[in-house]
Amino acid sequence: MAEVFDRVRKVICEQLSVTEGEVSEDKRFQEDLNADSLDVVELIMALEEEFGIEIPDDDVANMKTVGDVSGYVASKV
Amino acid sequence: MGFPPEPSGRVVITGMGAITPLGNTVEEFWARLIAGESGIGAVQQMDVSDYPTKIAGEVKDFDAELYLDKREAKKVDRFIAFAAAATAQALQDAKFPTDDEELKLETGCLIGSGIGGLIMMSDQTKRLWESGPSRVSPFLVPYMIPDMASGYTSIIHGFRGPNTCVVTACATGVHSIGDAYHIIKRGDAVAMVAGGTEAPISPIGMAGFCAARAMTTNNEAGARASRPFDAHRDGFVMGEGAGVMVLEDYEFAKARGAKIYAEVVGYGMSGDAHHITMPDPDGDGARRSMLKAMKSAGITPAEIGYINAHGTSTPYNDKFETIGIKRAMGDQAYKIPVSSTKSAIGHLLGAAGAVESVICVLALRDSKLPPTINYETPDPECDLDIIPNVARDAEIEYAMTNSFGFGGHNGTLIFKKTVE
Repeated sequence: MAEVFDRVRKVICEQLSVTEGEVSEDKRFQEDLNADSLDVVELIMALEEEFGIEIPDDDVANMKTVGDVSGYVASKV
Repeated sequence: MGFPPEPSGRVVITGMGAITPLGNTVEEFWARLIAGESGIGAVQQMDVSDYPTKIAGEVKDFDAELYLDKREAKKVDRFIAFAAAATAQALQDAKFPTDDEELKLETGCLIGSGIGGLIMMSDQTKRLWESGPSRVSPFLVPYMIPDMASGYTSIIHGFRGPNTCVVTACATGVHSIGDAYHIIKRGDAVAMVAGGTEAPISPIGMAGFCAARAMTTNNEAGARASRPFDAHRDGFVMGEGAGVMVLEDYEFAKARGAKIYAEVVGYGMSGDAHHITMPDPDGDGARRSMLKAMKSAGITPAEIGYINAHGTSTPYNDKFETIGIKRAMGDQAYKIPVSSTKSAIGHLLGAAGAVESVICVLALRDSKLPPTINYETPDPECDLDIIPNVARDAEIEYAMTNSFGFGGHNGTLIFKKTVE
């Protein structure tokens, strides 16, 4: 779980040009990390590649925070 | 006066910005251009081993983070970053009041691009074929479309006036400034940020222009490969960059105490209706474009002090443009200095006419005409006074620039030094 979070955080840092210190589980993509809907689409694509999984759009709709995403990814790998 | 003011019908230039193969500010670029330097060399930003053309006029040491935040700088296509940079420079140069909300409603953007985000297109097409449609970036469309240079700069500065885009291949820069001039002249905006931007040095861009046999393959010549009007010219050298001007209604600029570089006094357009890529061998489209510009400026050929030619260094363009200038200028043709600054920076495609407009304005300001460098062997079919190799001092009142694009689009602008 911790390993998944570290890898998710690394992808988020690369995609959104933020530092590791800015990325914690409670951070919301839109409000806290200044990511618009297109940024989120691209981020999800990068996570799919990193973990070799498929993340359907319907599932993405429920992901508001970093914790939502890392929890989802952890349940899939 | 009330706001927006009644249009004066006159349009002046109050600020300029440029990102070019010879420098990333207007003043560095101009100093090196006048010194006769070249910005052309071996391509660095992509692997060109499989391409017949291996040289270009690249922008060097461009730092998008000087103008955009880190994330944006990394994401946007290079043609958008160039436009944002040149715009920021031009607005600063104009001391434009970017905090005036009323003014921002009457300020527009018209920064054209001949092609748009070719690097984005190249990269994402590769992803499509290698990894499938689900791997294509959601930013492909917004950062590829040519109009995003205008859209993006308007978002940065909050300019809510007319926002549009011209796409007329290599005539884009001239048409963008000309159309922005018309927008202000008829009172649809008080000020416009206008110009052109291009970043075509990408696998698909280089391959396409190589296939069209439009570019020189004389790679050994390097910095001397772009040789407009020379008998041994054999194709253009691709360049990249952006040129942007702040245009304002004359009375408005005067009232706010703006520094005024010059006035836009003439704009002409025409179509060749001849061939998709080849210019009209009679130079008739070029002739009519220049005549219309002089008519709109209310001046005669005897008053033109300098022409910045389209002068691409292709066998056809330079020959047919020479014919067009002779037909438009009559007896005066041999008396007017004509240079091609593409000899120094290559062909910036959709940005060319905008950067060349900046050059015309600086020629008026400093009474200095930039040379056509790399000129060695005269061509009897290109026998105008092309300011060979060395810049020239000349007190001039009017400067003209020509741009012609694939599709037979022709555009000519005329700038006037004394504004009163």
